[in-house]
Amino acid sequence: MSESAVLGGPARLGGALARPAARIGLGIVLLFLFLCAAAPLIAPHDPYEQELMSALQPPSLTHPLGTDQYGRDVASRVLYGARYALLAIVVGDGLALALGTAMGLVGGYLGGAADAVIMRLTDVLLAFPYLLLALIIVAALGPSLLHSMIAIGIVYTPQYARLVRGQVLSVRQSDFVRAARALGASSGRIVLRHVAPNSLSPVIIMATLQAGSVVVETAGLSFLGLGAQPPSPDWGALLADGQNYFLTAWWIATFPGLAIFIAVLGFNLLGDALRREFDPRAR
Amino acid sequence: MLDYLAGRFGQLLLVLFGVSVVVFVTMHRLPGDVATLLLGDRATVASLARLRHQLGLDQPVIVQYWRFLAGALSGDFGTSLRDNRPAFGEVLGAFPVTLELTLSALLLAIAIGVPLGVVAALKEGTWIDTAITTPTLFGVSMPVFWLGLMALLLFSEKLGWLPVGGIMPIGIHMARPTGLSIVDAALSGRAALVWQAVLHLILPAATLATIPLALITRITRGEMLASMHLEYVRTARAKGLPEGRVIRAHILRNALIPVWTVIGLQLGLLLSGAVLTETIFSLPGLGRLMVDAILARDYPVVQAGAVFVATVFVLVNLGVDLCYAVLDPRIRRR
Repeated sequence: MSESAVLGGPARLGGALARPAARIGLGIVLLFLFLCAAAPLIAPHDPYEQELMSALQPPSLTHPLGTDQYGRDVASRVLYGARYALLAIVVGDGLALALGTAMGLVGGYLGGAADAVIMRLTDVLLAFPYLLLALIIVAALGPSLLHSMIAIGIVYTPQYARLVRGQVLSVRQSDFVRAARALGASSGRIVLRHVAPNSLSPVIIMATLQAGSVVVETAGLSFLGLGAQPPSPDWGALLADGQNYFLTAWWIATFPGLAIFIAVLGFNLLGDALRREFDPRAR
Repeated sequence: MLDYLAGRFGQLLLVLFGVSVVVFVTMHRLPGDVATLLLGDRATVASLARLRHQLGLDQPVIVQYWRFLAGALSGDFGTSLRDNRPAFGEVLGAFPVTLELTLSALLLAIAIGVPLGVVAALKEGTWIDTAITTPTLFGVSMPVFWLGLMALLLFSEKLGWLPVGGIMPIGIHMARPTGLSIVDAALSGRAALVWQAVLHLILPAATLATIPLALITRITRGEMLASMHLEYVRTARAKGLPEGRVIRAHILRNALIPVWTVIGLQLGLLLSGAVLTETIFSLPGLGRLMVDAILARDYPVVQAGAVFVATVFVLVNLGVDLCYAVLDPRIRRR
């Protein structure tokens, strides 16, 4: 299955990116990825290096975004924080995508009892406000960055499961799936070779839209002390650090928050444009 | 309609049963031994075994679940490990603060979001539409915990217009029969206290309202635009109805039905956002209580809070669905 078949053709991808908002979104996402890769090269200081003599310094030429209470360079910590945000997307969004897609494929294709069990499970998970569910999962696993990402992954799983199930239900009635079945293809082969690739484009769009939410929520858990632990330069943890000093040293909390906002905006703009192009109901 | 109600109620019971299983299972695999947590590392093996027996932790899991469910149904989740008070009582005590915050935020989001969405749709393609829709794009991407801090910095620290946090100025004590600060202040009969309660609520409610406000504006605009080009609207215009009446009675009335569902769905967002907002503004609400309980591994309070919030959430969603069925007869005939 080629990419063009999955996404409906490069022309439509081009159509999605013709919108200025989409181009801004793509630009922000590419910049975000570049900063993740180049953080060690462009960070002016070691993000963990403490310099107590220069604690709580406002932005200057030496420290473009100022220093925190331990004299660590805020700019370097924000730059390295992008890597934590990317990790959250890969682990959290990736886990939700993998689990949800598997559940949706199985439930949608097999139907019957398997489908009923999977759908009731998603109902139960959706019965919790998302952050509350993440909180109790973190409570069960113990506060840490990895556990917060797993929690966010589980929280978003039902949405992927429902989306994929809906796609599968429509694809499995199509002629090419019936033909494959008539030719004697096994259920596993039909799901993996025919149903899954043809259900992918809405999943990719959802993954883009969810990426922003995953960044905000993992940062939120770190902000509450339930995610990344000190001295990790996670954006949420940086904000929590800055909260204690925001009346005297505004820069510690301001820049990590701005980074979260811009990154989330990028993913939302891009995801929104893709959704508008590929989902006719969203236009 | 009765069949619809019975079906929805059956689903509700099934979901609540599932909620109890999820909460029990997650809390059951809490890191560390609960008996050690309660008695400390220096407890003897015999005293640990005795406590495990007392708490029923030596029973089969299914028996433990049954005891948990029976307790949950009667509102008994055990006592808080931090202050030995009934866990459910702590949750009920903190809930009014969260309720007041989320309701204020929701009302603010509806009161501003719906009119903005209507205006944006009526002025589609003009600078007014752009001026309304562009900020909504920013609004949905805003991390509320950062926005709250920035709002505090600007309105409390720099401008000095609003208080820094809490529900009342330090040193002012007031009877709290309902737990809702504005209502309690009104019951005290002191206008100054009501004003203080309102001042303390403005920043947290406005912060929490940001994302729902942006979403409600966008959805209202979208639904208005979708309704504006339907045939019955064209018919209404063709038969000579005044434009104001066409907008109010034909476009807005139908456009608002899906908006109502979206408003209902905001509750999950608001309850989640409340956890962070309460932390920033030092509000003693349910979200803050749960986070503190998790950090202190006070699992009875976490269990009580999780079951309570999920139940409230499910009931409100049911209420929204029922209202939706009343508003749109097609739903209940399905």
